Amino acid sequence: MAKRTLRVGYPGNYREIEVDSPDAEPAPWDADSKLAVVGKRSPRLEGADKVTGKAKYTADVKLQGMLVARVLRSPYARATARSIGLAKALKMPGVKAAIEVEKEARYHGQAIAAVAAETEAQAEDAVAAIEVDWAVGEHVVDVEAARKPNAPRVHGGKNPNERGGEAQNTATEEACVTALKKSHATVDITFTTPVVTHSCLESHGSVARWESDGSLTVWDSTQSIFGVRDGLARGFQLPAEKVRVVKEHMGGGFGSKLGMGQHSMIAARLAREAKAPVKLMLTRKEEHLAGGNRPSSVQRVRAGADKDGKLTCLWLQSHGTGGINGGANCAGPLMSLYNCPVRRLWHADVITNASPAAAFRAPGHVQGMFALESTMDELAGKLGLDPIEFRKRNDQNEMRQAEYGEGAKMAGWEARAHLPNSGGRHKARGLGVSASIWGGGGAPGAQARCVISRDGAVEIQCGTQDIGTGTRTIIAMIAAEELGLKPEQVLVKLGDTTLPFSHGSGGSMTAPSVTPAVRAATAAARGRVFEACAKSLKADADNLTAKGGNVVAKGGASIPWAEACSKIAGANVSEQATRAQNFRGYKDGTAGCQFAEVEVDLETGHVQVLRVVAVHDCGRVVNPLLAESQINGGIIQGLSYALLEQRILDDATGRMMNANFSDYRIAGPKEIPEISVVLFDVSNGRTNTGVMGIGEPPIVPTPAAIANAVAHAIGKRITDLPITPDKILAALGKK
Amino acid sequence: MTSPFTFWDARTAEEAAALLSKKGAMALGGGVDLLGEMKEGIRAPEHIVNLRSIPGLDKIQKTDRGWRVGATALLTDIADHADLRKDLPGFAESAEAVATPQIRNQGTIGGNLAQRPRCWYYRAAEFACVKKGGKGCPAEKGENRYLAIFGDGPCHIVHPSDCAPMLVALDARLFLRGPDGARDLPIADFYELPSKNALCEFTLKPGEFIEAVEIPTALPRSTYVKIREKDSFDFAIAACAIAGKIDGDHFTDARVVLGGVAPVPWRSVTAEANLRKNTIADAVEPASNSATDGARPMSQNAWKIPMTKAAVARAIRSFLPR
Ligand SMILES: Cc1cc2nc3c(=O)[nH]c(=O)nc-3n(C[C@H](O)[C@H](O)[C@H](O)COP(=O)(O)OP(=O)(O)OC[C@H]3O[C@@H](n4cnc5c(N)ncnc54)[C@H](O)[C@@H]3O)c2cc1C
Repeated sequence: MAKRTLRVGYPGNYREIEVDSPDAEPAPWDADSKLAVVGKRSPRLEGADKVTGKAKYTADVKLQGMLVARVLRSPYARATARSIGLAKALKMPGVKAAIEVEKEARYHGQAIAAVAAETEAQAEDAVAAIEVDWAVGEHVVDVEAARKPNAPRVHGGKNPNERGGEAQNTATEEACVTALKKSHATVDITFTTPVVTHSCLESHGSVARWESDGSLTVWDSTQSIFGVRDGLARGFQLPAEKVRVVKEHMGGGFGSKLGMGQHSMIAARLAREAKAPVKLMLTRKEEHLAGGNRPSSVQRVRAGADKDGKLTCLWLQSHGTGGINGGANCAGPLMSLYNCPVRRLWHADVITNASPAAAFRAPGHVQGMFALESTMDELAGKLGLDPIEFRKRNDQNEMRQAEYGEGAKMAGWEARAHLPNSGGRHKARGLGVSASIWGGGGAPGAQARCVISRDGAVEIQCGTQDIGTGTRTIIAMIAAEELGLKPEQVLVKLGDTTLPFSHGSGGSMTAPSVTPAVRAATAAARGRVFEACAKSLKADADNLTAKGGNVVAKGGASIPWAEACSKIAGANVSEQATRAQNFRGYKDGTAGCQFAEVEVDLETGHVQVLRVVAVHDCGRVVNPLLAESQINGGIIQGLSYALLEQRILDDATGRMMNANFSDYRIAGPKEIPEISVVLFDVSNGRTNTGVMGIGEPPIVPTPAAIANAVAHAIGKRITDLPITPDKILAALGKK
Repeated sequence: MTSPFTFWDARTAEEAAALLSKKGAMALGGGVDLLGEMKEGIRAPEHIVNLRSIPGLDKIQKTDRGWRVGATALLTDIADHADLRKDLPGFAESAEAVATPQIRNQGTIGGNLAQRPRCWYYRAAEFACVKKGGKGCPAEKGENRYLAIFGDGPCHIVHPSDCAPMLVALDARLFLRGPDGARDLPIADFYELPSKNALCEFTLKPGEFIEAVEIPTALPRSTYVKIREKDSFDFAIAACAIAGKIDGDHFTDARVVLGGVAPVPWRSVTAEANLRKNTIADAVEPASNSATDGARPMSQNAWKIPMTKAAVARAIRSFLPR
């Protein structure tokens, strides 16, 4: 380990710290680093391919002799298939294989059987010909009904539907009661949030092909190629090296594609049966029914503050349903964001006959932040404090404090009491704020290889995946920075399990995990080039740098990059590096805050979000264009969650009623506000790049900021998401 | 699942009527609605008869009786027709209020008027409700937030068309063509309540289809106000079509027809009376309030009452001088 002194912090607030960084790695970038490529607005390398349709997604994969698969899904929320008759389907034209998947259906849309045929239409007809002898059981989809002692048991036997209880290491009930009693102001509010589906534009899907040597190749729309590989290897009892997973481009995952999906297994099983490659892409309806979702929540929050505006107690009792799965806990923000001496948490997952939840962009935080930040505004109101002032008094994060300042300026917070209004007495405007919080520091273990050829070509190989965030582009930028080249001069190979290992792309981990490995591998390979060309420059390899397309010696002598590479003995140099542990740097975790300005139509209850000001930090910003793109996406998705989206299940049958994009409302062009992004470039000295993730943070505060703006506009608080017109009209007493 | 069908490009109206007389035949306009029904497995035509292949059926022309719009005229072409908009502003607005630009570029006026309802229970093959020849209405005790507040069942769909209420307000006539020739009727008579016919919102004799719609220009002032939950595209939560004549500060003749709240375009005679007997400014309150007289909301859709009032108020206010 080498001790290095770094300047860390953010503009206007820097300090020096000492970190231990691995000897073999290049010195970590800090606030003083002068970078030529990193930090610049650089268009996506694959952008042109995407907009011209050249980019190949999983659905575009076409293989010789490939069949198309379709899945029979349960029309019932709870039923047992006494028998599944495949014989008739197997005799249908074009059908090459049919398999049973599952006999116990515990939710509407559960996969029961599947077929592969020469065409999609044949496969659909064959699915319709599968004969199932159903024994329909009792279901429960309503969260409150599922908690009742006599509710049908979703997982059978004596397994209770409600699982959970008191959290470890939180205050006692008595301590809370005492703290609340002593408080100057208290609130007690119950918040509810709906189940929403990920609604990735590219559906889940796989193309599976068995090779002649018994190995399996799968093209998969996944956030985790190695996760899919390992899942398939387990499923087929193959050594992991016998499974190869490929993913070139992806059209959205948001957490729903983090592990191996059932569809991958089905495609591979059918391919084995049919002895031919099989493609299985889920339909839009299947995406809604079985593609994952964000659990619901019911959060009762009791909170208190003293005369000085300091929190005295935060008490949360929550439950929610992730369908047949758990995962509805959303206490993260309440347990971590503010200083508070007394905190108590009680949470239960409620199991229902609904499709299983999956990680969804900032799991738990979106729901939790809505409740917490709505509570903060209500408390501020009772204390007669400005909402930002109240937050600052309870927030020890200096960065977020500074971010409030920037955001308030841009959002016009000062003029909050006198907002203009476009519709006279029929409209009302409001301005709201919310904090953000997330991790995103990355993890050790990601690997990258840098291969530099004699002709000067540079290739980075890294088994990560670009899930649409621009990973490919930032990898090229990091390598280009080290080599004094342009990003376009770096060929990035990713999305293939034959490449060096990297983690699944979740938890905003990709950029912070991958960039340090890329930088270290590139620096090492560059060292080899320097050694090879040092003689021609009559210099020591240690005294060479690469910049502006040249290798430059300390004295000023230089040769073009390609010429330097021509001195390599053999075909190329190749160096691999593994991402180290985070150093103890400046800050772990990201802060951030957002401001939303809304106009509410008092006659129709319609909420128009006019503007969102988003202030975020993610360590070193590799490419502001891409960071802003993530922030835009997070805000739009958060707005959609706040105002529009909800999965609707029919109570009597347990079926999802709005499994399409017409009845499941997602924000479209007219819903999208003006978005102003402020990026705090932070030097955090935690890795050799200091990069952090920005995929999740921007969705965290949006719903809360919008809800607070609505409350500011109409003087009534909507505690139940989505904030649909009926709720506004009811709050305004309109009949 | 898509059952096999035979696809026909009709060349003339007569040929279309003959083809549509075949068992299991259905007319095709832009297919925006029909394909959705087929994909959901609630419709399986044996013959699909394309009307857009009939030359001239998409014509929009002024005649001595007003405007004649052929059945395959695109919604986009109606919305963008400057002369038509001058005479019939509400009709152009109603066409423009439909869905998205892509759908308006594909959807025809005939298909818009003959489109089928969007009730979730009707659209899902798993439910055998009264509209599909089964029993009862699962929405009564189920998800009815978007359904009708008027009409009294036994089926509670709302008519989804934006153009239909406007055309009723404008006293339009539909021209139908069938194997036995042509006939025409006021568009208001085309639509039927579920109590009369739960299976379909309108009655066409075997082989019959809409050939054109004719709209008189006798009611020069018109507007269509639609309230959506999601602005980018959405069916109406409530809508109000008004057509009439204005003399100075008041209406001398007025039709008020509501959309999105009843199984058929819903004329509000009380709102019309209130609109005629007051100045426009003074009519806003009484007309909008009376528009929902007789509404009988279900468990989840009472919010449509203030929505409907808002639509009516807004429509009336649009005639006030700015
Ligand atoms: C996402 C989405 C949003 C929508 N939003 C709206 C909306 O906001 N407002 C709205 O009004 N509509 C809406 N629609 C419904 C509708 O599809 C369109 O309005 C369009 O006008 C339908 O026209 P089409 O020509 O495509 O109809 P088609 O699908 O071709 O036909 C619809 C039906 O009418 C029959 N038909 C077609 N032409 C004739 C004819 N000449 N005579 C007799 N029968 C005929 C067909 O057999 C079929 O049953 C929406 C549809 C979708 C999918």
